[in-house]
Amino acid sequence: MKMLQTEIHEIESADELQKIISENDNVMVCCGRMGPMCIPVYDAMEELEEERENVKFYSMAFDNPEAHVIRNAPEAQGFMGLPFTMYYKNGKVAHATSSIQSMDQITSVLDKHFN
Amino acid sequence: MNDTYDVMIIGAGAAGLTAGIYASRARLSTLILNDGAIGGQMVLTNEVANYPGVETTNGYVLANTMKKQAKSFGCKIKSNAKIARYHLEGDMKSVELEDGRTFSAKTVILTPGGRPRSLGIPGEDTFKGTGISYCATCDGDFFKDKEIAVIGGGNSALEEAVTLTSFASKVTIVHQFDHFQAFEHAVEEARKNPKIEFVMESEPREFSGNGSLQTLTVEHLPTGEKKNIAVDGTFIFIGYLPNTEPFKGLVELNERNEFVVDREMKTNIPGVFAAGDCINKRYRQITTATAEGTVAALSASEYLRQM
Repeated sequence: MKMLQTEIHEIESADELQKIISENDNVMVCCGRMGPMCIPVYDAMEELEEERENVKFYSMAFDNPEAHVIRNAPEAQGFMGLPFTMYYKNGKVAHATSSIQSMDQITSVLDKHFN
Repeated sequence: MNDTYDVMIIGAGAAGLTAGIYASRARLSTLILNDGAIGGQMVLTNEVANYPGVETTNGYVLANTMKKQAKSFGCKIKSNAKIARYHLEGDMKSVELEDGRTFSAKTVILTPGGRPRSLGIPGEDTFKGTGISYCATCDGDFFKDKEIAVIGGGNSALEEAVTLTSFASKVTIVHQFDHFQAFEHAVEEARKNPKIEFVMESEPREFSGNGSLQTLTVEHLPTGEKKNIAVDGTFIFIGYLPNTEPFKGLVELNERNEFVVDREMKTNIPGVFAAGDCINKRYRQITTATAEGTVAALSASEYLRQM
């Protein structure tokens, strides 16, 4: 069941996430809630989705039990701020951030890892 | 592409989107330039229960509806527009973007909004997301049975401190004055909560820790004495700043760096109007921003008729 009200495609299961990252070179997944720290990140992703054809953008609800793959990822250890944002390159985590990120911070990660 | 408009709006928060709706519906060619999240501070509101005519919604949905409304009337919205220079004097105003594009208009409505104030002290950026947060609703449950601090003395700080006691074992409120600016009921609620302690007349000086936040250093202002508070997390609620820095020296600002406008939302420059959280006013609500956006658009329309 979808839990996030964004224009970004919401991943609903761990299997779906695995399939997406195995089929796409560059994937950004924002795992959060509909809260003030998460919404600006979804919003930036919506803008970037139109500009960056080489990257696939997805959301995943933090409270979805299936999101354990992100919540418990080694790269997210010590994270104490939503959203958890994961950047996957060729199926592996290339970068991960915790809490709100600005458009500039997101684009700098995309430029560094997905160009 | 026609890059000259009747009305150019800087910012797409509640005031800017409303101005866009009114101006474009009046058949004025209208452009909104925005850098940041569409909806501004409005999207940071989880539940909106006091917007007349809408029982309850969230800020994101409300902002998206406003955006769709504006676009449906022909308003153009350009996001991620980083403006390098403003030329606001004369009959034709213009802005230059960092990427070299230029947009011109006969009138400009400034609605750049505001942003949460940060402390700007050592360690704040380092521990953002690993101990430092700006949202109790979002991150409170990461601090179950932990000791945390809340910085600030306004309504947000005290109300969120009380909310956070449902997760944390202890909440220390650090405030720079010997009294709070919050409403009395919020102060009372916090004072009677046994999990809350108060460190008054003190300012944070540094965050430190090994991998995650462990220590908040504060200075007692009357004595200059510094002390360390052991914390697992800190929530910062110290108000908002108007996004008016680019307009210093161009448009009249008051001592709080807010645009000075009259009741028609006119600034000191003919043809330049301002609305929303960036103007000289007391109450900052979605309803006040939409009202000011409306007035600014109607005033801009009137200005164009008289040109």
